Amino acid sequence: MTEPVLQARGLTKRYGRVVAIDGSDLELYPGEILAVIGDNGAGKSSLIKALSGALIPDQGEIFLDGKQVHFRTPMDARAAGIETVYQTLAVAPGLDIADNLFLGREERKPGVLGSVFRMLDRSHMRAEAKRHMSELGVATLQNIGQAVESLSGGQRQAVAVARSAAFGSKVVILDEPTAALGVKEGNRVLQLIRDVRDRGLPVILISHNMPHVFEVADRIHIQRLGRRATVITPKSHSMSEAVAIMTGAAEPPPQAAA
Amino acid sequence: MATASATDFDVRRNDSLGLRLQHALHANPVLGPLAVLIVAIIAFSIVNGRFLTATNLSLVLQQVTVIAVLALGQTLIILTAGIDLSAGAIAVFSSILMATFCTKAGMPGIIALVLGLACGTAMGAINGFLVTRIKLPPFIVTLGTLTIFFSLNSVVSNSETVRGTDMPGLMTWTGNSIPIGNFRLTYGSIIMLLLFAYFFYALGRTAWGKHVYATGDDAESARLAGIQTSRVLFSVYTVAGLLYAVGGWILIGRLASASPNVGVEYNLDSITAVVLGGTSLFGGRGSVIGTLIGALIVGVFRNGLQLGGVEVVWQGFAIGLLVLVAVSLDQWIRKVKT
Ligand SMILES: Nc1ncnc2c1ncn2[C@@H]1O[C@H](COP(=O)(O)OP(=O)(O)OP(=O)(O)O)[C@@H](O)[C@H]1O
Ligand SMILES: [Mg+2]
Repeated sequence: MTEPVLQARGLTKRYGRVVAIDGSDLELYPGEILAVIGDNGAGKSSLIKALSGALIPDQGEIFLDGKQVHFRTPMDARAAGIETVYQTLAVAPGLDIADNLFLGREERKPGVLGSVFRMLDRSHMRAEAKRHMSELGVATLQNIGQAVESLSGGQRQAVAVARSAAFGSKVVILDEPTAALGVKEGNRVLQLIRDVRDRGLPVILISHNMPHVFEVADRIHIQRLGRRATVITPKSHSMSEAVAIMTGAAEPPPQAAA
Repeated sequence: MATASATDFDVRRNDSLGLRLQHALHANPVLGPLAVLIVAIIAFSIVNGRFLTATNLSLVLQQVTVIAVLALGQTLIILTAGIDLSAGAIAVFSSILMATFCTKAGMPGIIALVLGLACGTAMGAINGFLVTRIKLPPFIVTLGTLTIFFSLNSVVSNSETVRGTDMPGLMTWTGNSIPIGNFRLTYGSIIMLLLFAYFFYALGRTAWGKHVYATGDDAESARLAGIQTSRVLFSVYTVAGLLYAVGGWILIGRLASASPNVGVEYNLDSITAVVLGGTSLFGGRGSVIGTLIGALIVGVFRNGLQLGGVEVVWQGFAIGLLVLVAVSLDQWIRKVKT
């Protein structure tokens, strides 16, 4: 069996008396789309935050390409090639689209202007931003220098998705990336997710949208009460079976092999 | 999406004048303060013919210089959704330290100056440390350090004023001026303008500036986006400390002395300038150009009301009113529908 790109074992995170994740495991294999589904509060966001350095788990281990990693900040995970779209999007509303795409990894002008005066290479970043946004099919955005707060919810989501797709080099994690999107835009993001996978990057997709999940996922990780209940595939189970496991109405099948 | 933008456009075209004004100010927050400044200048020059003379305008600029430098540091902090009540205390204490170093301690002017600037920077760094490491609210931190710095200030100075003539020339150099016709441009004002130019550049054209805005806008989002927000905050408080110390140096030139008993009003004046300049107290919105205009508004009002024979107490009243109007305006602009 191939080795997982990203693996978590026994992750636990408590917030006071609330146990957000309770000894959760996760495996992500090369070139797959792994959907993570679960009720509200099942610990999906907390789980992926542990994988992306946004929170430090109380217990448990994370392995990237078989080597154990300890992410202290989101920057650490990014440096390791893990890009994340958070449920809250994590954009700076007052900055423009290009600034947001390059937030935390700005490019400086070549030569003295960049090295001594630390001047940003705005024209280059804008051109790149435009390219990434049009790859996403949101070229209808009038102006790349537009503040993100002046965008619609779906357009903001597109900015966050474009950022992760553009910079992910190992793993792309998307926490409900289609929640605010219209049908057409949602389908575009699904296509983008497939494109990212076809580029060879595995994707973790958290979604409440069962048709989306069953359309793109290779495997489906069902999170329940802070831990993994089971992993199924769109072929092995129907949507209603998945929902029954998710809500606890049905017994999860014994953990299927990958 | 094409249909969505078409409807957006229709909505915008039907907007009332008020809504369009709200949008314009939202997109360009410096417009409001600039209009206030221009109207004030026109009004005061009509009321009193002496207002627009070169002699009087250079006086306004000199009066504004120290406040403007402090307000520049204050702007950085307010952009991160903080507040610094210790700005004036750091400035005055730094000026006292510089004066003490070069008189009682007998150091050469340049050493006293550099040491004084370093002390101011360290005071800012203490604020930054308490805000980022101990995670106390900036209001509380700087309220505490304000009191501490002022009390140390009294101890070091013995509550005595050091005369400028007892200090090396470098200390009071900021008060010297270049005459341009009847206008006298002090070196202090030149330093102030250069600092504004530099921070205009640093905030708008460097990654650090983007990170300051992102952190002030939404610290958690900025953190998730990979910005080390603690480091950004710490740098902001530290740099502000340095700016306040520069303000202290300029203050020595302005007063031709170092006095421990001035500057109590500088805290509020610096915050006033920032707020009048359209920088939002909620962080993430604003500019140093706005702050410069805000400081000029304060200066123009004080001076203009004085020339108009309005008593000092009523000048404060007028400026207080202006602040309330500015903050209400900020609230209104923030509610902009997009
Ligand atoms: N910062 C926090 N402080 C306290 N409790 C938290 C925090 N973050 C998450 N929790 C708690 O942890 C649990 C899991 O939350 P999490 O956000 O991971 O759920 P989720 O599966 O992503 O839910 P949703 O589908 O609504 O996004 C919830 O009970 C939540 O209240
Ligand atoms: Mg969630």
